[in-house]
Amino acid sequence: MPVYSEKVMEHFMHPRNVGEIENPDGVGEVGNPVCGDMMTFYIKVKDNKLEDIKFKTFGCGAAIAVSSMVSEMAMGKTIEEALTITPKSVADELEGLPKQKFHCSNLGAQALHKAIEDYYSKQKVGGKK
Amino acid sequence: MRKVYLDNASATPLLPEVRQAMLPFLGEHFGNPSCLHEWGDAAREGLESARSQIADLIGVTDTEEIIFTSGGTESNNFAIKGLAMGQQAKGKHVVVSAVEHFSVLNSAQTLEKWGFEMTTVPVDRYGLVDPQEVKKAIRKDTILVSIMHANTEIGTIEPIKEIAKITKPAGIVLHTDAVGTVGTLPLNVRDLGVDALSLASNQFYGPKGAGALWVRRGVRIIPLFDGGVQEGGRRAGTENVPAIVGMGKAAEIAKGAMAERAQRLSALRDRLLTELPRKIERVIVTGHPQERLPGHASFCVEFIEGEAMIMLLSSQGVAVTSGSACTSRALKASHVLIATGLTHAIAQGSLLLSLGVDNTAEDVDYVVEVLPPIVDRLRQMSPLYDKYIKQTKGGR
Repeated sequence: MPVYSEKVMEHFMHPRNVGEIENPDGVGEVGNPVCGDMMTFYIKVKDNKLEDIKFKTFGCGAAIAVSSMVSEMAMGKTIEEALTITPKSVADELEGLPKQKFHCSNLGAQALHKAIEDYYSKQKVGGKK
Repeated sequence: MRKVYLDNASATPLLPEVRQAMLPFLGEHFGNPSCLHEWGDAAREGLESARSQIADLIGVTDTEEIIFTSGGTESNNFAIKGLAMGQQAKGKHVVVSAVEHFSVLNSAQTLEKWGFEMTTVPVDRYGLVDPQEVKKAIRKDTILVSIMHANTEIGTIEPIKEIAKITKPAGIVLHTDAVGTVGTLPLNVRDLGVDALSLASNQFYGPKGAGALWVRRGVRIIPLFDGGVQEGGRRAGTENVPAIVGMGKAAEIAKGAMAERAQRLSALRDRLLTELPRKIERVIVTGHPQERLPGHASFCVEFIEGEAMIMLLSSQGVAVTSGSACTSRALKASHVLIATGLTHAIAQGSLLLSLGVDNTAEDVDYVVEVLPPIVDRLRQMSPLYDKYIKQTKGGR
């Protein structure tokens, strides 16, 4: 019996949106290699929408699948919509995650939200120009 | 697709001759070996031949010194708790190494809850225990030292004979967890100088669910289980006769085949140990480069994580394992790798390839061919590799 759902395996084997964005509008980094997983999300925002999302992940199969799924769920969405993505909704879209993986590997939504926060803080600084 | 099983440290395949030997005991010889009729006699005969075969494999002449168990974990629990309880009139201090199997380490922790004290001796970067560290750890009230014969995660073979030279004059019971070596390397308990030794069937092409603890006559051990008087009153419960018979047969075969197997597998292992670090940058060989189990090649691949490597290798038909935090159900990095001084980040890239009798040179070639692109693929995704490239190669 496989540990991971077909959906997790599919995203792990063919992850979407791997990479980096040159001059991103926001960057979010979560996790650390001690606990296992590390994710960096890059976003490009246009007209309040996530025009492009890329990620890099150090971690297990679940961590890679989660990153890929989050990038797919958020792509083209408004920032408000992207902020409604939660670890639970990501796990649901992946047809479930093993219990022990839910907390440690499911950092994708957090990384995306951090990238959005980064975008907001840059906007504030930029707005004063 | 080619299938390459390189996880013999987790489980070895059952030899056809072993399965054959077991079949009658899954059929007509179903009797209870404690019973005094024909059915009991047949089962007892199977059990006692297995006892002789195991004794023969480890150089024991007094077959009553062999106690059958359900496997390595039970043997280790029995040894640590039973021997400590048996010697507690003399003291309540035990010594183990930092790289022991959890069945030893956690048993020793249980002893602490029971009022014993434990000292853990460190290992060097190869995972070797320095006998002098054992000497330093020993106190007046030390009653038991347990150091494994070979570490199944990093392959390192420990200097048990040297340690015995320290424990013996001090009158301290020495146990060794030899699950990694019995049936793989020729060994003799008298020659090693130990007082007790654990072994497990599924490490040498026997079935799961069978193991043994050898305890030298005269060394007191308290049973773990209360019940009947099986195994000379030391291990209650009806023996798992089919599995024990299989273990006996596997032991008999191992005795004749070990030397040739070890020679062949060491050559295959050495190809993995030299070829993979040559083909992949930033790979660390874990464990001792020479003093290691035949067929055992272990590494840490920097900047990526072990479970992801396992899954991609599996998609190419290759079965391996890892000591990474993400691979373990406890989500903790291997205590063995950390004890050798590796960081948690590096330990995450752990990969263990363990060869067995079915493996060929073509299997090794195949892994050497498929692993580098897998590592490359995961590194392209890794923020840690990114940082490394930017720091060392001046960006892109």
